[in-house]
Amino acid sequence: MSVLPTAAPEEDPLAAELAALSAPAPANFADQVIARWVEVDGPLGPLYVAFTDRGIASVCPVAWVDGADRFAESFRSRFGRPVRPAARPPAGLAAAVRSGRGTGLDYDLRAVGEFDRAVLAKTLEIPRGEVRPYSWIAREIGRPRAVRAAGSALGRNPVPILIPCHRVVRSDGATGNYGFGAERKVELLRTEQVDLDEELALGRRGIHYLASDTTGVYCYPSCAHARRITAAHRVELATPAAAAAGGYRPCRHCRPA
Amino acid sequence: MIEDLPLRLSEDLEAAFPDVVGAYEGAVYSTALRMSGRPEDAADLAAEAFLRAYVALRAYPPARVGELQLRPWLLTIVLNLVRNEARAASRRPGQVPLADHHRPAPGETPDEGAQRHDGQARLGCLLGQLPEAQRTAVVLRHVVGLPYGELAQAMGCPEGTAKSHVARGLRRLRALIPEENR
Repeated sequence: MSVLPTAAPEEDPLAAELAALSAPAPANFADQVIARWVEVDGPLGPLYVAFTDRGIASVCPVAWVDGADRFAESFRSRFGRPVRPAARPPAGLAAAVRSGRGTGLDYDLRAVGEFDRAVLAKTLEIPRGEVRPYSWIAREIGRPRAVRAAGSALGRNPVPILIPCHRVVRSDGATGNYGFGAERKVELLRTEQVDLDEELALGRRGIHYLASDTTGVYCYPSCAHARRITAAHRVELATPAAAAAGGYRPCRHCRPA
Repeated sequence: MIEDLPLRLSEDLEAAFPDVVGAYEGAVYSTALRMSGRPEDAADLAAEAFLRAYVALRAYPPARVGELQLRPWLLTIVLNLVRNEARAASRRPGQVPLADHHRPAPGETPDEGAQRHDGQARLGCLLGQLPEAQRTAVVLRHVVGLPYGELAQAMGCPEGTAKSHVARGLRRLRALIPEENR
């Protein structure tokens, strides 16, 4: 490289010692700077996924964006980070996309605020085939009044599908808004076998919970436990207060109260 | 080729940027390491410096990118980051301010403090006792190996000033090293 213009440093022991203080960057340093993207197949169609050395940072269904270049460019401008194609997807990604369970993956949510991160971490817990109201997220993260803020945070979710913000819906049984369009949310939930017609029909009648008179437990209607209740033992409830009055306790799985 | 990097960046930023990281990661990392004195943070600081550079490059007109002196420009960015991080750390309660990492413990002479570390860490520790401008000049000149022209650019000062910071820094450093090790 550059030839030093003055005194030859190797003649000076101190200069030689100082030169020895220079250190190579850690192995794979470039991965701390430059993200990678891959395309992976899933039951909801192929996805573009961008990831850093810390984890998954951005997801977009291939069908929702005009090509990989556009996905890469929107990643660069949103996150201020370069991205180039990856040779292979990060470990566990393909399995997570196939199963609809993103819980085992690492996420890089450094670009996201603390509140949003709490909302997204909670959303990750909602199983495939089930939905929760916005108010559930707010209550579960200890901010029961921040229902609208939780909705806004989900609208900014950088890793949709994997962190299933489409599984958070309005408490009146309607599916509500979605960052990529409300009709896509409906499409995703139908693919995951959520009975949206039932959700809406119950909501219209003011029914928000289902209980079993044999177990004495009440659930959100989409909870796996609620779906197992036979018609003869199914009790419809409007509020947690009504449930408590009837002697029912909240389900430990879907935690309706 | 390092010489045509600015031109290639101005033509295709995304294609050339990985080569910028490859060419200068050692210089940026060494500067972060020896200026902060915190091996545990040096890689993060260096990575952040490259990300700042990337965002700036995206916003610059190509003509400006093509004329950049990349190495001193990148080093200015990492120097600012280290300085800001030190300032922020000194404001955070419960954390040891960055500069104090270099200082001897109460009751220790500077050299006894330095003796707690061995070999390279010891000299790195002594560097931390130089005033900032002298430490910057010595690190960029003798650790990173910058020519005086680039050193002056990175520090944003005239070349003569940069040279005198180096000379005074070396003199002070020698005075800090105990007799038997000189």
